[in-house]
Amino acid sequence: MIYLQILANGLALGGLYACIAVGFSLVWGVLNVINLLHGSMIVLGSYIALFAYTTFGIHPFLTVPIAGGIVFALTYALQRGIINRVIAAPVLMTLTLTFGLDLIFNNAMLTAFKADYRKLILENPLGSWSFSGVTLPVDRIAAMALAMLLTLMLFRLLKDSRIGRAIVAVRMDRDAAALMGVDVMKINAITFGIGGFMAGAAGCLLSIIFPISPLNSTVYLGKSFVVCVLGGLGSVPGAIVGGLALGIIESFGAFFLGPEHAVTLAFSLLIVFLIVRPTGLLGKKGYE
Amino acid sequence: MRDWLILGVGTLLFGLLALSGDTYLLRLGTMLAMYAVLAMSWNFIGGMTGYPSFATAAFFGLGAYTSAILQAAQMPMAVGWAAAGLVAGGFALLIGLPILRLKGHYFAIASLSIGEILREVVNTSEEITGGGMGMNLPLLRLPPEVQAQAFYLCMLGLAVLTTAVAILVHHGRLGFAFRCIEQNEDAATVLGVDTRTFKTAAFGLSAVFSGVAGAIYGNWVHYIEPLDVFDIMHSVKPLVMVLLGGLGTLFGPIFGAIVFLALEEAVWRNFLGVHAAVLGVLIVAMVLFLPRGLATSFEQIARRFRGKAA
Amino acid sequence: MSALLTLDGVSRSFGGLRAVDNVSLEIAPGEIVGLIGPNGAGKSTLINVVSGVHPATAGRVVFDGRDITRAKPHAIARGGVARTFQVVQPFPNMTVRENIAAGGAFAGRIASLKQAMQEAGELAAGVGLGDLVDQPANTLTLARRKRLELAKSLAMKPKLLFLDEVNAGLNPAEIDDALALIRRIAEQGVTIVLVEHLMKVVVGISERIVVLQNGALIADDTPEAVLNNQKVIEAYLGKKYAAALSAEGGGP
Repeated sequence: MIYLQILANGLALGGLYACIAVGFSLVWGVLNVINLLHGSMIVLGSYIALFAYTTFGIHPFLTVPIAGGIVFALTYALQRGIINRVIAAPVLMTLTLTFGLDLIFNNAMLTAFKADYRKLILENPLGSWSFSGVTLPVDRIAAMALAMLLTLMLFRLLKDSRIGRAIVAVRMDRDAAALMGVDVMKINAITFGIGGFMAGAAGCLLSIIFPISPLNSTVYLGKSFVVCVLGGLGSVPGAIVGGLALGIIESFGAFFLGPEHAVTLAFSLLIVFLIVRPTGLLGKKGYE
Repeated sequence: MRDWLILGVGTLLFGLLALSGDTYLLRLGTMLAMYAVLAMSWNFIGGMTGYPSFATAAFFGLGAYTSAILQAAQMPMAVGWAAAGLVAGGFALLIGLPILRLKGHYFAIASLSIGEILREVVNTSEEITGGGMGMNLPLLRLPPEVQAQAFYLCMLGLAVLTTAVAILVHHGRLGFAFRCIEQNEDAATVLGVDTRTFKTAAFGLSAVFSGVAGAIYGNWVHYIEPLDVFDIMHSVKPLVMVLLGGLGTLFGPIFGAIVFLALEEAVWRNFLGVHAAVLGVLIVAMVLFLPRGLATSFEQIARRFRGKAA
Repeated sequence: MSALLTLDGVSRSFGGLRAVDNVSLEIAPGEIVGLIGPNGAGKSTLINVVSGVHPATAGRVVFDGRDITRAKPHAIARGGVARTFQVVQPFPNMTVRENIAAGGAFAGRIASLKQAMQEAGELAAGVGLGDLVDQPANTLTLARRKRLELAKSLAMKPKLLFLDEVNAGLNPAEIDDALALIRRIAEQGVTIVLVEHLMKVVVGISERIVVLQNGALIADDTPEAVLNNQKVIEAYLGKKYAAALSAEGGGP
């Protein structure tokens, strides 16, 4: 029975990981930019949720579109104004640039919110479900379900909307897309913004589960790396598979090896996957 | 020949600084020498060979811990330092073989992960490393000024050694192979360059001196902890210095280290609470406005002036 | 006389596609061989197989008495196989001299870098790039980049030289220059395999012509015999046209 409980915990965690990583993966795949700001944007989403709850009493789930919107606007502007200038530069340049931007943002958040871990405690928690020995906190499950819903909505957006098709086209072949009349610059910025939206939204959902601090940004960034590499880069299904896989691996790893080895395990897996199977578990690229 | 002359004069000038008993100046000098070592080390793999490595912190931390563990077992300091270089270099060769098959972002992430893994391994191996509590290193029974002078000279010696190796590599076959790989790895292979061996050599070179620097640093500050010596900033700062000074150039990394240290010191003194943000602004400005480094940009400006004068 | 290069039932597949299909071939020392075939016939893949870039999935490649089927590209290059690329691949920010010297220093086994640089200068002059030795390669015109490719390969002191469409994109005068250069190289004892999809270019210079179609070898003969080979005509002109041509009693 204990294994079922661990599996359930892992799945709940994995759904959130998928949502954390999907925007990061999209930006990497479409723009060929590793956005080191991603972790800080998730933390920003959490703070927005905390602020909305403590000040106005708005439930974090309801803050999702607001936080997503704010982070969308911020990341869109950053892409248009700054990152776009070096979009064709070597990997080293774009990495260094987003690292520098992250230093600025993270420092700003540290100054504004302080480093200490804060907790968003819901006044009316939804309790927990329990059946056949498996206990599931309802808030956690709801957060995971919302995370999966958001991820699937992104999937539909990419598949069915005009803008989504344009994003996929740019990912497949930037030059061909430009020739067919896609405004690549605009798509780049929108994609970056969508990555930001997903980060902000994920931050809201995480706020009711994990303590909130600017120091967490690197943890989330690390998870995003691992999920991307496990599932395969730049695809929504890849992020879901990678997220669930990481969630399950971490919760079983914590049980068998001890929670202190979770990071070592995740990053070792990352290196092994990079070397042995760089296309990820799904073994394919693209959105189809 | 000119390069050896520059190294000789530079060594002499910086060596004279040791005579000053000013501990603040000596502290800055030691930092500068350490930054120069890290920047030049990174330049072997990141600048000359073109592989965006984020593993400097891993080598630095590995060196620091290797030396600290040996000294905790009553080994002399010098043995600890030598072992630090060997272990870091050997580790780089071992890990380099698989991860140097990766390119671009994938290599960057893999190299970054190595530091994360090592940090966590050190964190969880409490019996040997003290875990998150860190390790104390033996205190030297010397007056503080003498210690400051001694560590400055040691770090300077390492910087001189690193520069000497860099000069040899730069003008030799090894550096030529690195540059071919940086320019076009596939074409290099077909011209007979054994890219795997040379890439691994570059990675190894970048590790040896970083490892020794970590070991000297540990004795200098008497205390190391995983969060400090495996800090990702140890991977990013050298890269920023090299970008400042000029990617793949010989003395660019040293020049970049000087500029970087001056800026960092000014920021630390005046904007302590937001020093990370100011560093971030510096990085962003550099990538946007000086992508080819200060030295190269100066050269271009100078050339433009000369062109006008003619 | 034993062959310099022997291909024994060599195939190379990419997924389900057989780009090179069971090719057996011998090349003797000192020959100039033309390797032709329509676009997509597998010519470049065959070079990639020999030079180790895309190793054979079946069969055996023997060069100079050594089995090199599974050897690494740099080892094959050091063993004496040089190649130019259809799409030229210089080191863009290095000078012409450095580009050429790389071939000499690594595949050509010149121990001293200084000497490699010096020999590179001579080779540059030999292909008509003498004035440009200190220019970065990315400033050269296409025709000059092709010559640079050639000089780089020569610096490797090859026994066997594959020239992959060195004439593509050149005007007729430039092609004549290039062919003269190739003849001079052959006179120095280098075995040459000249890859072209234009038959015209190779006929004048080759002693023997090998024809590939859909990855398979369909002819291996003197230029005259290949020109009159029904299969070759079909491969180039299509079955219908070839049939009409032979019905008229004509022929190329």
